[in-house]
Amino acid sequence: MTQDPSSATEVAATEAAGAPAVFVAPASPYLPFGERQGMWGKTSPDTSGYGGQVHHAEWPGRAVQPFGGWFDAVADRMNELVPGFSTGAVYIWRGDITFHVVADKLVELCRALRDDAQLRFEFMPSVSGVHYPNDAGAELHVVYQLMSYTHNRRITLEVTCPDANPHIPSVVDVYPMANYHERETWDMFGVIFDGHPSLTRILNPDDWVGHPQRKDYPVGGVPIEYKGAVVPPPESRRSY
Amino acid sequence: MTTTAHDYDSPVQDRDIFAGATDVKPARVYFDQGTDWQRIVADQAERPDETMVVNLGPQHPSTHGVLRLVLELQGERVMSMRPSIGFLHTGIEKNCEVKTWTQGVAFITRANYVASIFNEAVYCMAVEKLLGITDQIPTRAKVLRVMVMEVNRIASHMTAVGTGGLELQASSVAEVSLREREMCLEFLQAVTGARMNNAYIRPGGVANDLPSDGIERLRELIDWLDKHIGEIGEFFTENPIFRSRTSGVGYLDLPSCMALGATGPILRATGYPWDMRKMQPYCDYETYDFDVVTWDSCDAYGRYRVRLGEMFESVKILRQCLERLEATQGEPCMVADKKIAWPASLALGPDGQGNSNEHIKHIMGESMEALIHHFKIVTEGFKVPAGQAYQAIENVSGELGCHVVSDGGTRPYRVHLRDPGFNHMQLLPALCEGGWLADVIPAIASIDPVMGGVDR
Repeated sequence: MTQDPSSATEVAATEAAGAPAVFVAPASPYLPFGERQGMWGKTSPDTSGYGGQVHHAEWPGRAVQPFGGWFDAVADRMNELVPGFSTGAVYIWRGDITFHVVADKLVELCRALRDDAQLRFEFMPSVSGVHYPNDAGAELHVVYQLMSYTHNRRITLEVTCPDANPHIPSVVDVYPMANYHERETWDMFGVIFDGHPSLTRILNPDDWVGHPQRKDYPVGGVPIEYKGAVVPPPESRRSY
Repeated sequence: MTTTAHDYDSPVQDRDIFAGATDVKPARVYFDQGTDWQRIVADQAERPDETMVVNLGPQHPSTHGVLRLVLELQGERVMSMRPSIGFLHTGIEKNCEVKTWTQGVAFITRANYVASIFNEAVYCMAVEKLLGITDQIPTRAKVLRVMVMEVNRIASHMTAVGTGGLELQASSVAEVSLREREMCLEFLQAVTGARMNNAYIRPGGVANDLPSDGIERLRELIDWLDKHIGEIGEFFTENPIFRSRTSGVGYLDLPSCMALGATGPILRATGYPWDMRKMQPYCDYETYDFDVVTWDSCDAYGRYRVRLGEMFESVKILRQCLERLEATQGEPCMVADKKIAWPASLALGPDGQGNSNEHIKHIMGESMEALIHHFKIVTEGFKVPAGQAYQAIENVSGELGCHVVSDGGTRPYRVHLRDPGFNHMQLLPALCEGGWLADVIPAIASIDPVMGGVDR
């Protein structure tokens, strides 16, 4: 199911062209979702004979330079202003570019993205958390959407942190609009945004226990009885 | 009454009976439960220089939903304001994760229920982007999407303007707005089968084509709206009371909009013509002829003018939809890929709803394979390749975004809705602090928050 994207040759090609290999292709494919077994997941007794099937969903679109279009100019400028911001991973998928960013460089990078005349990403519409329990050491991801009114462009930043130490610097100083969005991400995923002016719960009550949108937090459905049979709650049903 | 018993009926208390053990003890606490408000006023009148904390809500200020505002008042002056939200949080994003990609539409549409079509549209476009089928969506499906979105835009702006007027005690304008909104909702009901929470737009296209009298109904709706939207303007545009209640109220200029992420009518009321339909077009909006309405007063009045103008522009777009729907009659309104398209075609049965008889006959009596296909795609759903996508559209109050993540399965791994109302709640302190208490209400109305979308 998984393929090695012959990364070594791509890196070599980039270096031979004289460009610094900041955005490097990985040695192995990125599999944040972990392993999936059988036809219907682990929760269902599988009598189909496909129970031994193992599937890895690979994260798509890993890219090395040249990215094409304006992506290269933006990536190079970001790297020029904030050297070492990138973890090396860049994904171009369905026409969108996503930069994986080193957490410590995030605020500096955002300031450069907002203020530099060539970048001018003035608008951060969305901050969204995603929980990948199987992405060891980077279980929690925070995805920042950025838009430039000046240049009419969009990019995505992604920062990860481990579940054991869920700290990411807050970008509220740079983008005041991220205030509520970071509070929501804390509320729903338990990511602590260091430097946030008032990181409190926003959608759940103040005394709520747990962070509901994490994958280890159940939806809380109840089994439904009908004519003697029981339909299990939604999260424990088959998924295909 | 004995001296030891506490008089819980008195509006003036020396201790807060609801406070926790560690809370700071205030000098004086008032309760207005079943007592005379005059006693509170009389008591507070002796100390007018003191700051008073007032909970506005949690209640239902007109039709916006349940919102609580913690106001610090000095007399009638708002010293600080903190919005408290989450009363309408229903876990829509979480619930989507245990449903198929198609079933998610029925959840997502319930977020901002006044502009529900936009939620469906942005979610389906995000799913289509992730599937990589954006360019395979049939033209007629895109025209139908634009049509229902623009009808919904008018209905939502009618609500915003009408209830905004109601909050200023102008009840007749609310009646007119709700009457026009009803015309829009009746049209949407005829097309989608439901007044609200339509679940009409589906990944790949739309649920069903226009009904047989759809073109005629659209023509009637356009004529009706053309004639009647102006009535709102006659009520409000030059009305001296409305102007004095909204001019200079809820002021937010362009730099503040940029800092706080304001979009939609709030941004356009600063004179900046940013509209996603023009700047980053989707659903072929670039081929429609319409103008971006702006105003330059940065206040609640300007936002009203933008909304009023946008309703006329939406009618302009609807007229172009009408032409295109006539030209594309009989063309498909669902993607051709049978592995994605919903197999059943809906038709109006004697009971008012149901699958079409031809389809039932085909799968039950003619083709075993068609039955298997129907069963599999309805129960299992379709797989979406792993990855993530963000799609943004211009909804009634600004940028509505949808971030979807797929693990390659038939259910979303994560769905996040970036509702403009949620972002705009942050603006309220900037709009209201330092102003009068009476201006808080038109300021809220001017950002048109719908708590279903804010809390999701």
